Parts: sequence; structure tokens; C-alpha cells
Amino acid sequence: MVKNKTQTLSLDDYIPIVGKDTIDELRLLASSLKGKKIQHINSTRVGGGVAEMLTRVIPLMRELGVDIDWDVIGGTPEFYNVTKKFHNALHGRADVIVDRDFDIYLETARKYNKETEIKGDIVFVHDPQPIALIQNKKRMKTTKWVWRCHVDVSSPNERVWDFLATFVEGYDASIFSSPKFTRPLKTSQFLICPAIDPLSDKNKPLSYQRINKVLSKYGISRNKPIVSQISRYDYLKDPVGVVEAFKMVKKYVDAQLVLVGNSAADDPEGAKVLKEVRQKTKGVADVHILLIPPEHNDIEVNAIQRASSVIIQKSLKEGFALTVTEALWKDKPVVASAVGGIPLQIKHKYSGLLCHCIEGAALQMRQFLHNPTFAKRLANNGKMHIKRNFLITRLIREHMLLALSLFHKGDIITL
Amino acid sequence: MAKRKTKNPFYFCTHLELRESTGLKARNARELVNVLKDVSGSVIYYHTHVFLQQHQFLSPEPPNAFAYWVQHFLGEDILAERLSSIDIYQFSTIRALREKLIEVIEGHLFDAKEIRNAPLGKEFDFTKSRSFILPTHYVAHNLRDMVESLQKITIRSIDFHIFNVRLRLEKGINDFSNWINTSLGYPELASRLETFDPYTYTLEGLRQNIINIIEHSPEWKQDHGKK
Repeated sequence: MVKNKTQTLSLDDYIPIVGKDTIDELRLLASSLKGKKIQHINSTRVGGGVAEMLTRVIPLMRELGVDIDWDVIGGTPEFYNVTKKFHNALHGRADVIVDRDFDIYLETARKYNKETEIKGDIVFVHDPQPIALIQNKKRMKTTKWVWRCHVDVSSPNERVWDFLATFVEGYDASIFSSPKFTRPLKTSQFLICPAIDPLSDKNKPLSYQRINKVLSKYGISRNKPIVSQISRYDYLKDPVGVVEAFKMVKKYVDAQLVLVGNSAADDPEGAKVLKEVRQKTKGVADVHILLIPPEHNDIEVNAIQRASSVIIQKSLKEGFALTVTEALWKDKPVVASAVGGIPLQIKHKYSGLLCHCIEGAALQMRQFLHNPTFAKRLANNGKMHIKRNFLITRLIREHMLLALSLFHKGDIITL
Repeated sequence: MAKRKTKNPFYFCTHLELRESTGLKARNARELVNVLKDVSGSVIYYHTHVFLQQHQFLSPEPPNAFAYWVQHFLGEDILAERLSSIDIYQFSTIRALREKLIEVIEGHLFDAKEIRNAPLGKEFDFTKSRSFILPTHYVAHNLRDMVESLQKITIRSIDFHIFNVRLRLEKGINDFSNWINTSLGYPELASRLETFDPYTYTLEGLRQNIINIIEHSPEWKQDHGKK
């Protein structure tokens, strides 16, 4: 039975999914952290994957008895414009970075360094925005500092990376989602993948009626197979490529395409991509291009994913791609590009099908649509792989292990 | 007939792993073997055991990331087969396993007409694991306790007592066999638990196989009486 409010969930609610033994292990580990205070610091309490993750992780770790806090730094719109540019530059995009950008960054860093109270024995700092907090290290000699990088920095704009690396090198350790995302650094680089909460609104089981209600709302038929991609309207997510692939599928299978993204009103590039997608789908039957507002997003995305026959993620570049994790968790056959963290989640022909081009995406979608038994087998494998490796309980376990590793030397540690 | 009970109970432990990047990469078999000569034992252990936990539900794949990479990214099928067929269970030290891996790759390089490089971004990333060993509350005093606990413990606990203890901690024997022999005094059952290849099972399959071997043994019947 799934509770209505994610916030009221407790660790025991996860036992039917991950088993009592896994929860018991978390309790054992938590007891080893007694006397240590953990502090997470990022730049926002709402919106974005980091805030979503911390919203779930913090209460569960508190329930485990871990002394843990979550703080956010302050910043001006000008600062966040700069950090957005940094973010794009770290992904390798050629945004113009000027000297003034670094000045703006350092001005805000001075301010948040004064205002942020460092109270953890172990401080996890997320992403580039608060990275300069490490300047507090000199006056807090016993505190252990960990930088959690949620970005693929394997081929960054060198100027931005060199600037940030001066801070990163001061940390006791850093965390990346994949060895492919790491950089040559003097500090320890731990590998911790992101995870999904199987009981959040975006992932919890939904009734048939609830799913139908969402499909009816958007005029999506139950009588034709649904192929869907859930992603913002962004060139890197290649929605245009998805449409092209769907056209190739549609020649053989009477399917529907559902593209789901957030409202693009305040995103000039998103609006442009959306316009292009609409142009490409003119005259193509059974295409649904949806803009779901954030307040309805989680449940409705969940319903559309659960109603889908095939879920596609045809990105040109990706971070970890939690949308793939969510799709696999829902026991769905997934076709996805072999980029970013996707190959960590999908082993080709075991837990999904990987593709490298539009034609390949179309072929793999047809394979699934024409072979439901094959699709089901891979979907089952995919779900098991996510259950084993990419649920929130594993993330909590690894956060605690990392915290402990900062106080123990050696590769084999007996607690 | 009374159950054979020991004064030295079996305390189940578990182990949890944290992965750490070494920053080292290999583009081809030559670089692979060169790095293998220098990396810590934790790296060798990690890459020869990673599939046991991560992919346990997909297939009982050979638990050897080197073979997987050589096959999928270098396209060297013969070397991949030679690497994947290394019988890890025959090794009781990481040092010996490392030497075997090196021997196989160098043997291949000696005959190779070309050195194939992996595509950009598909290099082999050397990763090590830090292993945290924790006690659990499961304790066995006899075979029944052992089976009951085996049904409840995590697969990470099975992994620890079968693989980690034997090779990483270099005890050369799995914990279950060791205890059944030395504390319960059942050397034949201990031997049966030591002479099957655990690397060709998924961890869930391994759990069931250990339980089956115990429950179908004469020692079990001796402890519980014939029905």
C-alpha cells in the first residue's frame, strides 16, 4: 500500500521493496556514525535533482539516527546566471565566459562564506555554486569536506574547470557519478551513482484508473501502443530525432508518440526547440506534445510512463539520465542512446536496447513493439538492475560509507 | 538424535563496498596489462567480482570486467574468452590471480598482429573498492541455525563469507566450509561446500545451492533424524 504523502514515508515502507536485511544494514551503518554530524549544502531547496534527492535522503537518514542537516547558500540572479554558464561550460558547451563572470562568482562566494554556518563534522557540498565554501577549511581543521559533482566534467571548458579545480583540490574527497565523469585530481574521487525514490510520486505504483484519467486528460488512446520520451525540450535531448525515429516506426506499427516536457515559457531555447518539434510533427498522426506544469508533473509523468509500451531517451549528451532509471523501474522496455550514465543502467539486449542514431532508435523501437515477450524479458531485467543498484537505499548506504571512509584508512575496514 | 551443536558459533558478517576511481585508464590490451602490474589488490578484486553483485539478476556472467571490456570494446574475442575462463576459484591470493591475468594478456600480446584501441570514451577505467565489514545479528550454533540464517541474510553477507573471505582476506577457504569442518566436525559436508564453483552462480542461486547442499546432506539427516 502506497501512502499519499511522500513526506510521511518511513524506512519501514521500503522493506517490501528492498528487504528488511537492507534496512537493517543501514541501521547498523548509521550506528557507526554516532557522534558525527553531517551537513549537506547546495544552492536551492526546491527544483532540480539535488534538492529532490536531499528532500528524501535527509528525513530517512534522520530516521536512521544520523545527525544530519541541510543548508542552502544565498545568491543573486546575476550569480546564478554565471553558475548556469559554468554549468554549461562544464558540459563542454561553448558559452562565452568573461573575466567579469569570475568576479561575480567570487563576490557572492565571499558573502556566502560569511553567512553560512559550518556545523558538520562532514560537509557535503553539491555542485559548483557553493564550492568556494572550502575556504572555511583553514579555520575548521577537524571538519572533513566532500565535493559532490553532479555534472559530467569529462570534457569541460578548461578555463572554467581550472578555476573550479583550485577549490576542488582543497576538499578531502570528491564524488562523481561515473569514472567517465572524473578528472585528474590529487584528492580521492569516489564513485556514487544517483538514485531514485521508488515511493515518490514520480515512481510509486498507480492504479489503472489513475493512469486512465491522465491519458484521458491529454487525449491519449489506450488502444494504440504508446512510445514516450520524458525530457525537457532541449537540443541535447534530441526530441526532433525522436520524432524522426517515430516516423520510421509509424510506417510499420500503428503507435502513438507522447513527448512530455516542462513548460518552456521562461526558457528561450526550450521554446525554440518546441517550435521545431511542432513543425516536424505537422501532418504526422498520433503525436502528443505535452507541456506539463511542475505542480502536476510527477504523477502525470508517472502515469504516462506506466501506460507506455516503449520508453525512449534519445539524448545526444546526458548526465546520469534518471529518466531512464525511472522508466526501467516501471518495468518498461527502454530504448536509449549510449551516452553519459545510460550504459551504466542499460546493458544492450539484457536490460534494454542502446542506440547511436535515429535509424537505430527506430529499429530498436520496432524490435520491442514487434516482440512483446523479448521486450518483457528485458524490461524485467532492467527493473531488477535498478532495484539492485539505483534505489535511494543504496545511495544512503554509500553516503554513510563515504562519511565513515574519511575517518578510516585502508581498503578493508572492520566496523 | 541430538543436533550437533558447537561452543564456537558462527557469527554472520556482511560487507559493504564503496567504489573509488584510481584515475588510471587503459586504451588497449598492452596498457591494460601494464596497469595491472602496479595497481593495488583492491582493484584486481573489484574488477573480478563486480558482476557478482551488480548483474546478478541478468545472467550468471563471468565475473570478470577485464574480459567484458576486451570483448565489447576491443573486439578481441579470443583474449576475452581466455580471460573470462580463468577459474578464479582456483586462486587463494590476489597476487596469484594478478599473475594469471598478466600471463594470459601477455601471451595474447606475444602472438598479436595488431594492438586494437578502444573507441574514445570507452577506455577501461580502473576502480577500486573499499570494503567495510560489519557484524550482523545472525548467529548459528548448528546446521539448522545456519540454514535459517542463510535464508535471511543479505546477498552481500553471502558474498562476504564465500568470496571476500576466501580471496580478498586470503583465508583460502570459504567461511561456511571452515566452520562446518572445524566447529561442527563435518569434514565431508565442508568439502562438498568447498568443491563447487560459486563463480558460475548468481548470488541468489548461490544462496539456494548452499542451502540445498546442507539440507540434502547425510549430516543434516543425522542432525534432524530421518523422516
